[in-house]
Amino acid sequence: MKKNGMEASLSDQPEGQIRNIERRVFLKQGLSLGALALLSGCELTEDESVQSVLLAMSRWNDRAQGWLFDPSKLAPEYPESAITKPFPFNAYYAEDEIRLVDGASYKLELSGRIRDRKPWSLPELYALPQSSQVTRHICVEGWSAIGKWSGVRFRTFLERVGADLGAGYVGFKCADDYYSSIDMATALHPQTLLTFRYADQILPPKYGFPMKLRIPTKLGFKNPKHIMAMFVTNTYPGGYWEDQGYNWFSGS
Amino acid sequence: MDAVHKEQPTDWMRIHPLVVRITHWINAFAIFIMLASGWRIYNAAPLFDFKFPKDLTLGGWLGGGLQWHFAAMWLLAANGLVYLLYGIAFGHFRRKLLPIAPRAALRDVLEALRGRLAHQDLSVYNAAQRAAYLGLIVVIALLVFSGLAIWKPVQLQELTALFGGYEGARVVHFLAMAIMVLIVLVHIVMVILVPRTFPTMITGRARRMS
Repeated sequence: MKKNGMEASLSDQPEGQIRNIERRVFLKQGLSLGALALLSGCELTEDESVQSVLLAMSRWNDRAQGWLFDPSKLAPEYPESAITKPFPFNAYYAEDEIRLVDGASYKLELSGRIRDRKPWSLPELYALPQSSQVTRHICVEGWSAIGKWSGVRFRTFLERVGADLGAGYVGFKCADDYYSSIDMATALHPQTLLTFRYADQILPPKYGFPMKLRIPTKLGFKNPKHIMAMFVTNTYPGGYWEDQGYNWFSGS
Repeated sequence: MDAVHKEQPTDWMRIHPLVVRITHWINAFAIFIMLASGWRIYNAAPLFDFKFPKDLTLGGWLGGGLQWHFAAMWLLAANGLVYLLYGIAFGHFRRKLLPIAPRAALRDVLEALRGRLAHQDLSVYNAAQRAAYLGLIVVIALLVFSGLAIWKPVQLQELTALFGGYEGARVVHFLAMAIMVLIVLVHIVMVILVPRTFPTMITGRARRMS
């Protein structure tokens, strides 16, 4: 009967007083909501505690996507007639700032948890078993385009150089100062290709000469171009956009 | 007014269960975040020939918009799941939202447009309200599924195919957003027109009208 006593004492209060208290609570809630609304989206996002929550959620999303990733699930492939023409150029700089890499002197450098770290020349890379794919490139901005890339399965290359396939990450450094990294499960996916050709032609500079890592199971910015060096590591390497706030896993 | 003040507490009636009130406000917060951040993401690659004003968006830049969107999506989905399970398991939907009668809904909409709102008893939704609230549930579910199709067009490619592929899912996601905004706007206008419905979504109770 204690509970009823409590209710009785509350209902003993004059009705108007309770209503006033309720009104005050509404007013207070309304005011703090108003204060929140006064902050622009930008200021709110830059607030330190808000930032830390958003970053923690992004790390959680990395884990959720790693868990959702099915290593045998293939990205849809398309007929060549579906290829987007012209395939859009996209980078963190404008088209007139594209870096030109000298193919004759080019050597791909390897480091980290790799047994055979001998640098690779282009003719050596071209001599590896090649395959092609026509897949959809999906940009983090939302647009998408279909293209055809050819090269060696990244898994074949990693096995050939004796990479530690149990390591966590593969990192990339590019001629245009871009850098990125991916999880090992995605690196070993059958459609992850180290590509040297676009539409059956040697990659033109705007598509990443001399090589682009094509990953149809990830967003476009996770497909580094102009790769100069790669390394296998257990230490999270981050990336150009990832360090600014794009989600690291960014799987499709 | 004074006469109303002197009425006994027995004249209060329960309108909204606690679960519905809590999930309503969490949903309102999540929808606000999803909408404002979604508009920021839309602006990075507009589907149509317009952009949303930057001041109405959340995140500052694309990366910020994405962070908000992919954080609040968990809140929206988890809260929506609690609401749906509650609504089904405890007969809330059956009691409050069913049956839907299209003709009656149309009649109520026309009545409302003539300024005759049939909403004296706040515990019973009229046909137009039932249609709108059920429609909102369906449209938010559509937003969640088309959103998943855009987020994971490889891992969830069977779902993405249902929307006509990746680009199709983008269009569905946008159109569902537009319908949702329309329903929410009408909802807010109705609350402004019948203000005594507002505190009931916080306290859960309303005075019985005699």
